Amino acid sequence: MITLAERINGQFLDVKKAIRERDPSVIHELAKKQTEAGATYLDINVGTAAADQEDAMRWLVESTQEAVKTPIAIDSQKLDVIKAGLEVIKNDVMINSAQGDPEVLDTYMQLAKKHNAALICLTMNKEGIPQNVDTRIEIAAEIAGKAMEHDVDMDKIYIDPILFSIPVDQKQPAYMLEVFNQIKLISDPSPHITVGLSNLAQGTQEKSLICRTFLSMAIAAGMDTALMDVLDIELMDAAICAEMLLNKQIYSDSFLKAARP
Amino acid sequence: MEIANIVDKCAGTVKEVTIGATKDEGGTRGKVVTIGGANSIPFMDFDGSPGHKPAIAMDVYDVPPEEWPEPLLKHYADVIDNPANWAKKCAEYGADLICLKLDGIHPDKGNKSADETVSTVKSILEAVDLPLVIWGCENDERDNEIMPKVSEAAKGEKCLLGGATQENYKTITAVCLADGHNLITQAPVDINIGKQINILVTDLGFPTDRIVMFQTTGALGYGIEYCYSIHERGRMAALSGDQQMATPVICDVGHEAWRAKEAKASDEEAPQWGSFADRGIMWEAITATTLMQSGVDIIRMNHPEAVSIVKKHIENLT
Repeated sequence: MITLAERINGQFLDVKKAIRERDPSVIHELAKKQTEAGATYLDINVGTAAADQEDAMRWLVESTQEAVKTPIAIDSQKLDVIKAGLEVIKNDVMINSAQGDPEVLDTYMQLAKKHNAALICLTMNKEGIPQNVDTRIEIAAEIAGKAMEHDVDMDKIYIDPILFSIPVDQKQPAYMLEVFNQIKLISDPSPHITVGLSNLAQGTQEKSLICRTFLSMAIAAGMDTALMDVLDIELMDAAICAEMLLNKQIYSDSFLKAARP
Repeated sequence: MEIANIVDKCAGTVKEVTIGATKDEGGTRGKVVTIGGANSIPFMDFDGSPGHKPAIAMDVYDVPPEEWPEPLLKHYADVIDNPANWAKKCAEYGADLICLKLDGIHPDKGNKSADETVSTVKSILEAVDLPLVIWGCENDERDNEIMPKVSEAAKGEKCLLGGATQENYKTITAVCLADGHNLITQAPVDINIGKQINILVTDLGFPTDRIVMFQTTGALGYGIEYCYSIHERGRMAALSGDQQMATPVICDVGHEAWRAKEAKASDEEAPQWGSFADRGIMWEAITATTLMQSGVDIIRMNHPEAVSIVKKHIENLT
């Protein structure tokens, strides 16, 4: 599966401190550790650490690139912060994320096209996050339509139907599986499906167990990408095992070892 | 109406393996054979590159085969107890590689010594300048005793040595690594074991671009469909990006086809089956051309006419 490693985020205290003090060693270590753990992308989010988020994003991207060549996902809700990150990017890149309003999508699709970037699009719009399956699918279809309109390869589009934490709404995980199944049907080839996996277990005990159980169910329903804790070996192993059980990898006695990074 | 151009791109590519080394490369071969390289399904060049054409390895045995029927034997009658001359004959018949099968080292088939076997290998290296496949007798104890000596004698020639099995892989892998040869990894018509043995030998540090996989072959009428579907599944996995399956494949068509009763029964025994003189050739050729579609890179063969039919078929498809 495609993994976005979540640790370079200003909401974690060590990263927050590193941004404030412009200390790249913390970022270098996180970049290396997450790459070794098998991250496809390193997600970079400045969080609330800095007054000047654009400058902080540039510094984080540059610091990460000093340590590794792993593709980066520039994670911000603000277009200017994303653009700041894109200015200094050297390798493959992903934009995380755009909302599903048509005019917003136009802007982000053009940006993705210009930088040959992958793009995560959220199934939410001005009216907020839909509380049902149908509206999420409608927005997903709009996103796929916009990608075609802007001639962005569907393989570059990642739809995030937005996973809530269990304490917020315990009905969500089950109906999210239905959303995954339907997103696969909106186009052929279909876009990727991604979630912020750690959100699910916010405010719970047994975070790792909850995440890896849902991850296995979600992979079976068609999700192929997640923003997650790649340093959690059991979580990464669950993804490998789920893909083997779905016959996406040929079994061998050493399948786990062979598929680990 | 415009018809969409639907090209199916594959994420993975089968690794290229080169067998043989010329003088410049530290060996004595007149030519080398490179196989693999496919990143599309066999013979489909509009999706991607189907890679190198399948190569034909013609068998030479270190002891005369016991049960070869007349239509096959007659082409080798004068060389059947002389492997070097036999290899020369195969070169004349159009072989791309010589496959020396060391059945004679088996305790039940001659129990030949290491010295005798090494001199056979050397005589073939001198007689022909084609790259060599050298395959043990599948008795673990004898293979582990003789193959290291054979490997050392052919050091620098970049031969393809076989075979490493799940139960017995360490010795042959170590000597291939030390002497610079390529390695056959062997499984009993089992995709899971096929993958496992590749993982085991790479764990010992053996490079994946020197591995050729062998799933025990079934001839037409004798399990070819099992063999076909395993090859096909392995190749599809390789093209989807499975690194452990992205190695070329060898199959043993000649030996299996000429064991079939359809190839061996005389005109008197099976008058309704068509001419005894042609049946075995057809059995071998059809087994080969069928397996070619499943994704194979080296085909071991015996009969010169079957070789010529298969080579023509390959040319027609490429």
